[in-house]
Amino acid sequence: MKCKEFLSELTNYLDGAIDERTKAELDDHLAWCHNCYVVCDTTKKTIEIYRDSQLYELPEDLRTRLRTAIVSKCHARKKAGPEHV
Amino acid sequence: MTTIQPKVDTPVTDELALVQAAKGGDVEAFEQLVRRYDRNVFRIAQHITQNREDAEDVVQDAFLKAYSNLHQFQGQSKFYTWLVRIAVNEALMRLRRRRPERMVSLDEEVKTEEDSLPREVADWSPNPEQQYNQAELREILTRTIQGLPASFRMVFVLRDVEGLSTEETAEALDLSIPAVKSRLLRARLQLRERLSRFFQRREGANGKQKDEKEKPDPGDANQ
Repeated sequence: MKCKEFLSELTNYLDGAIDERTKAELDDHLAWCHNCYVVCDTTKKTIEIYRDSQLYELPEDLRTRLRTAIVSKCHARKKAGPEHV
Repeated sequence: MTTIQPKVDTPVTDELALVQAAKGGDVEAFEQLVRRYDRNVFRIAQHITQNREDAEDVVQDAFLKAYSNLHQFQGQSKFYTWLVRIAVNEALMRLRRRRPERMVSLDEEVKTEEDSLPREVADWSPNPEQQYNQAELREILTRTIQGLPASFRMVFVLRDVEGLSTEETAEALDLSIPAVKSRLLRARLQLRERLSRFFQRREGANGKQKDEKEKPDPGDANQ
């Protein structure tokens, strides 16, 4: 297996969306190809860092304000009649 | 190497009941759905629009549109996937309105595969995120993901940040499964490449000693 083939399967490999045979081939490649090992490991870390990061958290006061506005408009549409709901 | 573990799914057992009740005019039931997903919709909207006010508007408009069109939700997909699809469309509309000079499309294709081939293969520190304080890390992550083409960014956010499956991401973005997989791979590789300059081991790949850690550029990453 060449590095380019490994890379094309990287997403499936990290997501566990491959059959056992392909996984074994990829594991074998990783065992001797340091560059692909590093790329694979740091890609995994990239995903984990973004997944665990708290980017764009919705502050609680804003959250309450938005929800109140949404609920109030839903009530208004409900009152306006079924064609508005 | 172990695989990425998917986020634990929100229980959907009572979700259909909430949707049914909301369809029947029960606003309190709909409010529970808002509470369940407002944070996700806000995050997705902000990732797409990159603007706080737009993201706030998207949250309101997406939930109101969902409420008004609940009768069209047939239950073939999860309510959340259906809601995300509405939110993505609302966010894209706002983005286009704000930046009419730059057409933003879900079908946007960017250059060739070559743009994603790894060039930087230096290993990272064992706990790279601990090299920076929280504000620095947030800025690095925000600026890095903002630098991705919108069509890659959306796939990465839905799939890897929000934990939608490949199939759900394809449905929410109206893309084919191969398109989702291809964009996800390129998004992941490009993010990895760009983060490497911040997270690689101090003794750089070229044997160059790095005297100090890479500083994030000052700027307006957190709008």
